Amino acid sequence: MVDQRTSVKSTPVAAASTPKKNAQHTLLLPARIDELKSAREYIGIDKIDGPLLFIKKTHNVGYRELVECVDGSGNVRLGMVLETSADIVVVQVFEGTASLTLPETRLRFSGEPHKLGVSERMLGRVFNGLGQPRDGGPAPRPEHELNVNGKPINPTARAYPRDFIQTGISVIDGMNTLIRGQKLPIFSGNGLPHNELAAQIARQSKIHGAESEFAVIFAAMGVKHDVANFFIRSFEESGVMHKVALFLSLADDPSIERLITPRSALTLAEFLAFEKNMHVLVILTDMSNYCESLREVSTIRGEIPSRKGYPGYLYSDLAELYERSGMLKSSSGSITQLPILTMPNDDISHPIPDLTGYITEGQIVFEREMHSRGIYPPVAGLPSLSRLMKDGIGKEMTREDHPHLASQLFAAYSYVKDVRNLASVIGEEELTPLDNHYLEFGRAFEEKFITQRMDEERTIEQTLTLGWETLRLLPAEELTRLTEEEIDTYYAI
Amino acid sequence: MSNLMPGGEKTERIIGSVYRVNGPVVEATGITDAMMFEMVAVGGNRLIGELVKLEKNKAVIQVYEDTTGVKPGEPVFGSGALLSAELGPGLIGTIYDGILRPLSSLLQISGDFLDRGITAPPIDQEKKWHFEPLLDAGTAVDGGMIIGRVKETEFFYHRILIPPTLHGTLVSIAPEGDYTVKEAIGEIEKDKAIYPICMSQKWPLRRPRPVKGRAALDTPLITGQRVIDTLFPIAKGGTVAIPGGFGTGKTMTQHAVAKWCDADIIVYIGCGERGNEMTGVLNELPNLIDPRTGRNLMERTILIANTSNVPVSAREASIYTGVTLAEYFRDQGYHVAVMADSTSRWAEALRELSGRMEEMPAEEGFPAYLPTRIAEFYERAGFMETLCGKNGSVTLIGAVSPPGGDFSEPVTQHTKRFVRCFWSLDRQLANARHYPAISWLDSYSEYLSDIAPWWEQNAGADWSQNRSIIMDLLQKEVRLNQVVKLVGPDALPNSQRFIIDTCTLFKNAFLQQNAFDENDRYSTVNKQYKMLELIVQYYQRGHKAIKNGVTLVKIRQMKTYQDLVKMKFSIANDDLAEFDKIMNRLERAFDQLEAIFG
Repeated sequence: MVDQRTSVKSTPVAAASTPKKNAQHTLLLPARIDELKSAREYIGIDKIDGPLLFIKKTHNVGYRELVECVDGSGNVRLGMVLETSADIVVVQVFEGTASLTLPETRLRFSGEPHKLGVSERMLGRVFNGLGQPRDGGPAPRPEHELNVNGKPINPTARAYPRDFIQTGISVIDGMNTLIRGQKLPIFSGNGLPHNELAAQIARQSKIHGAESEFAVIFAAMGVKHDVANFFIRSFEESGVMHKVALFLSLADDPSIERLITPRSALTLAEFLAFEKNMHVLVILTDMSNYCESLREVSTIRGEIPSRKGYPGYLYSDLAELYERSGMLKSSSGSITQLPILTMPNDDISHPIPDLTGYITEGQIVFEREMHSRGIYPPVAGLPSLSRLMKDGIGKEMTREDHPHLASQLFAAYSYVKDVRNLASVIGEEELTPLDNHYLEFGRAFEEKFITQRMDEERTIEQTLTLGWETLRLLPAEELTRLTEEEIDTYYAI
Repeated sequence: MSNLMPGGEKTERIIGSVYRVNGPVVEATGITDAMMFEMVAVGGNRLIGELVKLEKNKAVIQVYEDTTGVKPGEPVFGSGALLSAELGPGLIGTIYDGILRPLSSLLQISGDFLDRGITAPPIDQEKKWHFEPLLDAGTAVDGGMIIGRVKETEFFYHRILIPPTLHGTLVSIAPEGDYTVKEAIGEIEKDKAIYPICMSQKWPLRRPRPVKGRAALDTPLITGQRVIDTLFPIAKGGTVAIPGGFGTGKTMTQHAVAKWCDADIIVYIGCGERGNEMTGVLNELPNLIDPRTGRNLMERTILIANTSNVPVSAREASIYTGVTLAEYFRDQGYHVAVMADSTSRWAEALRELSGRMEEMPAEEGFPAYLPTRIAEFYERAGFMETLCGKNGSVTLIGAVSPPGGDFSEPVTQHTKRFVRCFWSLDRQLANARHYPAISWLDSYSEYLSDIAPWWEQNAGADWSQNRSIIMDLLQKEVRLNQVVKLVGPDALPNSQRFIIDTCTLFKNAFLQQNAFDENDRYSTVNKQYKMLELIVQYYQRGHKAIKNGVTLVKIRQMKTYQDLVKMKFSIANDDLAEFDKIMNRLERAFDQLEAIFG
């Protein structure tokens, strides 16, 4: 390969047209040949557009190869090859292209994909999106170097998730149960308490009747400093900070860094879960910012957009992240994902929540109207769903009446919505007595069952008992989704 | 030479070198004698790909694996064959990826995570199968004829076919005994040349397998799901689309049909869907018993798992892989049902690849050839007279995931043009946890008139009549509910309120079906017929009683009403006499009411 290196010396194409500062590629032999192996370095690039660099006449560069980009004053930024061909190479720089110049910028192609050094000692630390320490401490010595893009899990290697996680929040435990290894996003809006709920889940989550080693990985993409601080404080107050690793790419960091942040976080999560057998909860916030960055890069590359300017591969790209969760037969660890996204204009049919909903195993949807009425958590009863719930609840897991009870609560609450619509037209006085019972049930359900304090932790038994309490406001004949035995056991009391 | 395929046969050679890499699309240059749709291996890692475009000395290749690290200048190897599937005993009960690599073998090779550039034959090359010859030496044979059979599972004979492109004289055939899929079990002489036959054969994925002709679609595919079989039935060999936004139960509906329909073989294509879902199917099927054979359901199922996080081009191919397998079993004279979940992900894969190839987009960035591809796919369904003389069918059931649940988007609209049955999933029903959330207002089946005679013959003569009565009530209920929304239910006369009541009963007692209940998860033809008959009778008697002055409250308070509500759970499929008892009680209750009021 060494002889090739000399042959790469490129003709200064741009030089002829730009008389003052020549964009000339000069090939530098790396000082540490043994370390860099196939690394090559070039001085001078041909075009900078947003976060993208274009360079012509290089050696044969690998797709998605890691690139070190050195600016005039010697600072190193990391980048990745987005497109490669015999003529031109496109590099995306994660830390932004501010202050880069065409002739002075040096690009060092590493010959291998971006890898993250991972270690158990990363818990309790704060990193940037690329996995470099942000808390002033030294970088932990890596136990392994892993490709941040990960590899797809073989479906036959997966273990089917069926362990109930008790979050202590009634509307989740009772109606939209979280299962270990699930990916359950929170669809929220600006100004709604999604951070509070995520922090509460992180604090309170426990496996029913079991203690196990756990870790929380928190990836922030484009969130504000005070939001990040809120989470850090919340972890400190509950004394779990030493079990948390944070990957922060905050609102004032280059937007392109957000693309690598969740990948770094999930790479560590995979290592901890599948190598160290830990139960890892990954909080990704805010996925909307991630998608915006993706759109930004796609637009600059001139790709054909699909909906709302987002690239056609948004689904595949999101799936690459969300599918990095679950459990393996060969390991006792797990990755549970809790992505948070703010729906632009509270629109659930917007491409970001829409595509997310198609990939994740359910969704927790926030409703602004409930929030305005002071209900916390403002989880909309009907559009929220947990797909893995059916296999993780019931006899020997939560309680035998749980599946039917949840189904009955859904059905009754759905009818409440109809009655409320009717009442708004004809007035509550005109309703039948039965419909009035339903209105009463609806109020109790929202105020007693759903509503709880931010520090309130309910056991699953408490949650189910509360559910029955609200159902008692309805006549027994209306409970068509419950069996007679269940009604005898729990309703009659 | 058993791999007799249409199209030329070449050996592996270098056909060019990589020029440009853009995601899953690789451009190669210096192309020599490459074929369209040839299977290729790209670069030193030998990533599997397919050649999809040729122009002068350049070619476009879609690569089925992650292209990280591929460099310009790396060699491209042509395999000399079209991208094809190896077909033979050993397919059943296996889980494959989108290009027919068995995932359990990949697990042994590369561990929990899928590596790149690994291959494994789709069917076990070493295993000995017990072959029984069914033809004698000296017979003149045509392509597609059955030469022998292998008992692949307890209840399934895998019929060994002569490759469809071959005909001549069977000069020798192996005696009954154990052979691997690659051992010769016969020889055919054609134009003085001898072609050995073995139990496996190859077929290119993108080419439909030939048949003698198409037959009428007049037999229903019984799915055991009442809303489907009774209201919107599908014929064996038919095509159906299931559109619905996320969380409306597309996958659950597909699973229910895959588990309980009366096809001989199920091919389930998880195309761009969740990994955990496929694992769930893998865990569940071996534990479920097929009511028709008494064996576990995995023994009639082939899974193609192409999860959403594997490269998008493999997703594009997975649909063709699935339907090729289905056609192969159809050609043996079996009825095959293919579930494709979801075709939208496949269309999106087309869009992504098309975008990377810089083609001119049509609607919403989809390529202009999207409708053609959808049509080609659905046309591979049908009830066929096969080359072996038996009848076989491929039924295609495709899920569609419209963005934002908006059915006006291109994939749903184009799919609607090429399918004859439409099970529209309704967000409101799903929110109320009314499953299957198939809307009785927007769904339709064009097969109804073709298969009504079958129902009348096999269930009861008044089936069509009962079905239209209930459909009519459901339509009326919508209009009545609009009135109720304005003025409240009290403003309606009793006879009209009774229609609403009957429809509520029908929805709760008949249309809703619990996939987890032992008795309710599937209903036989007879159980469905009896249940429908009871509810129609309830309406007709009630309607008459109200005319005679019986009040609505009295009818609601009848004890048999609860029997009707619970009959789906309380009465097993083979316990039909119980329905007659309810019918008697129902008649008596109305007789009494009328005696008091009339």
